[in-house]
Amino acid sequence: MSFSVGLSTYLLVGAMLFSLGLYGIFAKKNVIAVLMSIELMLNAVNLNFVAFNRFLGNESVLHGFVTAVFIIVLAAAEVAVGLALVISIYRTRKSTSVDDFNWLKW
Amino acid sequence: MQSFDFVALTPEIATAALTLILLAIGMLIPAGARRGMQPLTVFGLLGILGYILYDLFYAKMGPAFQGMYFHDQFADFFKILFLAAALLVVLFSGAYIQKLPAYRGEFYALLVAATLGMMILAGAGDLLTLYVGLELMTISFCILVCYLPNNGGSCEAGLKYLVLGAAASAILLYGISLIYGLTGSTQLAQIASRLGDNLSPSLILATVFLLAGFGFKISLVPFHMWAPDIYEGAPTPVTAYLAMASKAAAFAALIRVYLVTLESQSFAQAGVALLLILAALTMIVGNLMAIPQTNIKRMMAFSSVAQAGYLLVGVIAESNAGVKGVLFYAMIYVFANAGVFAVIAHVEPAQDSDEIKDYAGLARRSPLAAAVLTVSVLSMAGIPPLAGFVGKFYLFSAVMSTGYSWIAFVGFVMSMVSVYYYLSIVRVMYLGEGEGLPEIPVYGAAKFTMLFAMLITVFLGIYPTPLAQMALTAAKSLVR
Repeated sequence: MSFSVGLSTYLLVGAMLFSLGLYGIFAKKNVIAVLMSIELMLNAVNLNFVAFNRFLGNESVLHGFVTAVFIIVLAAAEVAVGLALVISIYRTRKSTSVDDFNWLKW
Repeated sequence: MQSFDFVALTPEIATAALTLILLAIGMLIPAGARRGMQPLTVFGLLGILGYILYDLFYAKMGPAFQGMYFHDQFADFFKILFLAAALLVVLFSGAYIQKLPAYRGEFYALLVAATLGMMILAGAGDLLTLYVGLELMTISFCILVCYLPNNGGSCEAGLKYLVLGAAASAILLYGISLIYGLTGSTQLAQIASRLGDNLSPSLILATVFLLAGFGFKISLVPFHMWAPDIYEGAPTPVTAYLAMASKAAAFAALIRVYLVTLESQSFAQAGVALLLILAALTMIVGNLMAIPQTNIKRMMAFSSVAQAGYLLVGVIAESNAGVKGVLFYAMIYVFANAGVFAVIAHVEPAQDSDEIKDYAGLARRSPLAAAVLTVSVLSMAGIPPLAGFVGKFYLFSAVMSTGYSWIAFVGFVMSMVSVYYYLSIVRVMYLGEGEGLPEIPVYGAAKFTMLFAMLITVFLGIYPTPLAQMALTAAKSLVR
């Protein structure tokens, strides 16, 4: 039995990562873990872009690679703000658990 | 690359420069010596607004940067909307910002940065450009939402907005990656030409993901859960700007992506069914959930959910008339919201409460504020002599002419329902006693904003033609 790593393998891994991340956002109790789940989703997207560019595109067109780089940068910005918010909320509540963020009705 | 391309970007470059200037002033000049931030922001935004008005009527239009950016009347119309909203917010929030403990300068810089993100969103001709604009807007808003550092509610709202916003962006991006896989491009024009007529399951999946991402930003019903919390927790000027501009920005992108790229293809059938259900749900749930609210900002959140439903009705019409309705309604919604939130931002610090019952007797304590709030909410409800009625008329008549009369009927009935909760505020203000609550006279820039918003709302209700003409020109400029 031969097993070749083709486009569908990458897409499958991407879809699994994305689903894991989506599950983590709703299931994780710690807000840091929720932010990590979001990173997982964004990396699934990156994997998709890179795989599509590699297997479908013309090698000289780098749209997918460039998009992946943009996403990495923006994800870093997002997480920087997110962690800053976690610190500021930790100062008032001494907790990073999503269950404690209930001052506003959810 | 021609020099023309950079001319097309002039407003964005000017806005970015204004952001950096404000940021530099905020960092270099000590907090005590800083005075002119608000006037500087106002005049900067006015200058950019003036340039775009000139641009709208006289400039040479066309796609710039090989189709990665659109420079057309549609984008210009939305840029005018964002700048007008930002100006109104900056004008009425002066007193509110002065009460913030620290970091006042950065507030204006972030507000202008969010405006820049929206302008990019309105002009984006490439899904990557669109995503960058969306993130610039979202991240700026996250920081703005949690701007009250010692207020736990504000921080919590900011974190919720960030987590849910990032999740929505990730879902949107997954949709974009699927579209890239299907067409080999992220440019809207190329996507439209390469999609062809085959409606594959992956295209449907991609569309649903895109719709979920945009649906979060415009608070369509299954994705609206964030709105009440964030509207309540955020500082009032930020809530106002979220309601007025961020929704309109997401609609600009949605219209561009759907009507230009996807609707022209085989997607039409499946997509319209989905949009119809979402629009009906949004109008029904938004209006019904607004009724039991006791906090005015929470009520306005559900009201804004309902307004997103009305706007979506115009998108469903898929015609110039429908897009014109959306543009017109989004613009008058800015002025109605400016009236409401200017009053909230004025009343909230004086009596430290957003509860509707604390608006009792406002007609006696602050007659102007009560009058402005009344006119604004009646415009949102669509009472005839006011602008909201004309806007709803355009939206619903556009969708009726395409054959989906029932959605217009749902919208009509739900507008009737909305009169109930809007009038409940008016009743409290005019019939309530309000014993022991302070007198709160309005003055300065806040007074100007309230009067201006009210006058525009009344004027456009009586004489909507100029704005309607502008909206129609903008709708026709969309490339199809």
